[in-house]
Amino acid sequence: MAGRVIVVTSGKGGVGKTTTAANLGAGLALLGRTVCLIDADIGLRNLDVVLGLENRIVYDLTDVVEGSCRLRQALIRDKRTENLFLLPAAQTKEKDAVAPDQMRKLTLELREEFEYILVDCPAGIERGFKNAIAGADEAIIVTTPEIAAVRDADRIIGLLEAAELYNPRLIINRIRPQMVRKGDMMGIDDIIDILAIELLGVVPDDEDIIVSTNRGEPVVLDRRSRAGQAYNNIVRRLEGIDVPFLSLEEESWISRFKRAIMGHS
Amino acid sequence: MIEFFKQFWQRDTDSSRQIAKERLRLVLVHDRVNVSPNLLEALKEDLLEVISKYMEIEETGFEVNLDKSENSVALIANIPVKRMKRAIDQGQ
Ligand SMILES: Nc1ncnc2c1ncn2[C@@H]1O[C@H](COP(=O)(O)OP(=O)(O)O)[C@@H](O)[C@H]1O
Ligand SMILES: [Mg+2]
Repeated sequence: MAGRVIVVTSGKGGVGKTTTAANLGAGLALLGRTVCLIDADIGLRNLDVVLGLENRIVYDLTDVVEGSCRLRQALIRDKRTENLFLLPAAQTKEKDAVAPDQMRKLTLELREEFEYILVDCPAGIERGFKNAIAGADEAIIVTTPEIAAVRDADRIIGLLEAAELYNPRLIINRIRPQMVRKGDMMGIDDIIDILAIELLGVVPDDEDIIVSTNRGEPVVLDRRSRAGQAYNNIVRRLEGIDVPFLSLEEESWISRFKRAIMGHS
Repeated sequence: MIEFFKQFWQRDTDSSRQIAKERLRLVLVHDRVNVSPNLLEALKEDLLEVISKYMEIEETGFEVNLDKSENSVALIANIPVKRMKRAIDQGQ
């Protein structure tokens, strides 16, 4: 088997990389895929908390690459989804505790065992970023509809290209459809227009994400939440399924009207 | 109903959405040039090739730059001409 290694990155911090990685991982596992999530945000470990696995950590990524433990020992099995595993980041070590070569070697090993390896990248464009992308063959860029976030995304696209990671796909997170409609937030088209990359999905700004993060349960498990549905769509797109983009985002008054009358989406 | 009419009004240009888009566009023009200066270098070479069909250029004084003002960016080229050709050089 040769799994896919996908890095989730953004440039800017706080735009939703960790949330995205956790939900795509859980969503893929729900579909029966074997998934390993790597928390590459060394020193600022987060993915464990989002998944509710913080109490189970014994070894971490740095232990593995330093050879202080075997890979198997460091992998934490998820509580809810059977095929989901987490390789946590070290909390106490330096960002450069892992080198790109070690990351490449690690992902090579994981490819043998898992169908998907998702790497949660740290913010920034320094060492931590370079390590995180080292073993990846695909990249997902997360942005929010704000100037600073999109600007950083543009920079990241250039850096990925320089690292020969081509055709990254974009997730626009925290869209607020109402605000877009009122002309108070950049919309999907505005952003895609400017970045000129493929859109992988759109996730609404959703309180359910805060609630689910509080509980340590990825929102993708909650089929009723809008964000959960959005992640589920992205998961299926990753699987190569052609999922139409819901009019979630910039729904025009015409289509809302039609939907109200005809009762379909 | 009011919502309905609002849709038309708010297509206007001064919404914060439009402002954001415009600011983003400009900032990326600057960023992309700063990040890859060889972009301008390549453009310069291409320009030189095209212009040489029509005139002879003083290469040492040949400059291409982006001029950044508050809300626009212009491509400014300074191209000292040595001599015009009599006809287009169709060559190559
Ligand atoms: N679509 C969303 N709706 C609401 N809150 C969100 C959404 N996406 C992320 N958040 C919140 O934003 C914060 C930053 O998200 P996180 O995934 O940690 O970003 P990053 O890993 O890029 O720093 C978290 O508190 C998270 O719960
Ligand atoms: Mg994070």
